[in-house]
Amino acid sequence: MRVVIDSEKCQGHGRCFSIAPELFDSDDLGQGVVMGDGSVPVNQEENARLAQQNCPEYAITIIEESA
Amino acid sequence: MTDKAPVKDFATDFDHTDPQWVKDPYPIWDDLRERCPIAHTDRYGGAWLPTRHADVSAIAHDTEHFTSRTVVVGNGRPGEEALPAPIGVAPPISSDPPFHAQARKLLQPVFSPKQIDQLEPFVRELSQRLLDPFVGKNGIDASRDFAEHIPVAVIAKMLGFPEEDGDLFRGFVTTILEAVDLPVEERIEQFAPIEAYFIARIEEHQENPQDDLTTFLLNAELGGQKLQPEHVFGSMVLLIVAGIDTTWSAIGSSIWHLAQHPEEVARLLAEPDLLPVAIEEFLRAYAPVTMARLVKEDMDYEGCPMKQDDWILLSFPAANRDPEFFENPDEVIIDRAVNRHAAFGLGIHRCLGSNLARMEIRVALEEWLKRFHSFSLADPDAVTWSQGQVRGPRDLPIRLG
Repeated sequence: MRVVIDSEKCQGHGRCFSIAPELFDSDDLGQGVVMGDGSVPVNQEENARLAQQNCPEYAITIIEESA
Repeated sequence: MTDKAPVKDFATDFDHTDPQWVKDPYPIWDDLRERCPIAHTDRYGGAWLPTRHADVSAIAHDTEHFTSRTVVVGNGRPGEEALPAPIGVAPPISSDPPFHAQARKLLQPVFSPKQIDQLEPFVRELSQRLLDPFVGKNGIDASRDFAEHIPVAVIAKMLGFPEEDGDLFRGFVTTILEAVDLPVEERIEQFAPIEAYFIARIEEHQENPQDDLTTFLLNAELGGQKLQPEHVFGSMVLLIVAGIDTTWSAIGSSIWHLAQHPEEVARLLAEPDLLPVAIEEFLRAYAPVTMARLVKEDMDYEGCPMKQDDWILLSFPAANRDPEFFENPDEVIIDRAVNRHAAFGLGIHRCLGSNLARMEIRVALEEWLKRFHSFSLADPDAVTWSQGQVRGPRDLPIRLG
């Protein structure tokens, strides 16, 4: 699983990095950014989904990659 | 405030300063959402009120047809009193694209989560100082003795203004946000002392620069030019107005809710990690802030014949109670896992201070819950609510123990 933020849609609400600080961070402006390449460890998949489901701007996409 | 005809029907004659609305707006919005769902009034020179999340979101994202030139509905159409776009009276909240992005980017680093984290010890110490005298007492006014002081002190600290001017700031905020139903001439008169106060602080900082937001604004440049004086003044007004009674309201509403739900207090004491989730739910259910837009040009929106300069009362609180968007929206569910609420707005004007607000609310509630494990409303009828576009308790007597 991978997470991607659409930076055009992101308005810096900050829900993603509050819910899933191991997957998301904020940049110097407070906009959301993914950590590393956005890969989601198995134990963080639930947090990834919660972050995606709580983004007020629908800026987060989850890409399910087949093993 | 002034003598006005009572509202006949909120669908065609709504007034956000009507006593019924001020006391409990939620049933009004629920009714309108089913009947309209975009209400209209001839008051305030003509205004529209979308009540569905879909419409609030669409308008918040549509900067082509709606301008943010002024964001507080006044008594009549905004004429000369409102600075023309793109700067507006209080940039960047009152700015439109493309100027908006520049003005916002300038301030964003100051309100980024990492910067805000540095203020947390100050807020914690302040909360402790405010609450400690009430430990072992029978009661406290959670608004007047506690909530209202926190954002005032924080903004004063950020701007480098004297903390003891807090009462003055709260007066300014009331003037700007609550006295919206006074005639325009009186409103302009009321602004004079506010302007004088800010000019005095600006002059002090010009003579004696400090490591604070006022000096930051005075030194800031856009496109190689220092900011226009009205931009500096406008941004300072914005911080005072947007930063104070909003967070004050959110802290107050949260305590008002918890005072009626001892089982939730017990749960939060047992599961402190749940508090941030609960705060998002309080923000959804009791979202303090309603914004405004102006219609740019005559247009038809969802069958509504909108005219140029009609107001849009952009109710994020109503959007947050839309059953099409939220399951059981009128129920406060402190562990609501999926909560895409719009309390801090939607689109390019997302509340610049949302990270600050969340930190203040969390620290205030943590310190409150550390001291008070058992509390209730001393007198539900004694609770009063602010009128206008920011909603929160202003008198909130709490019985302790």
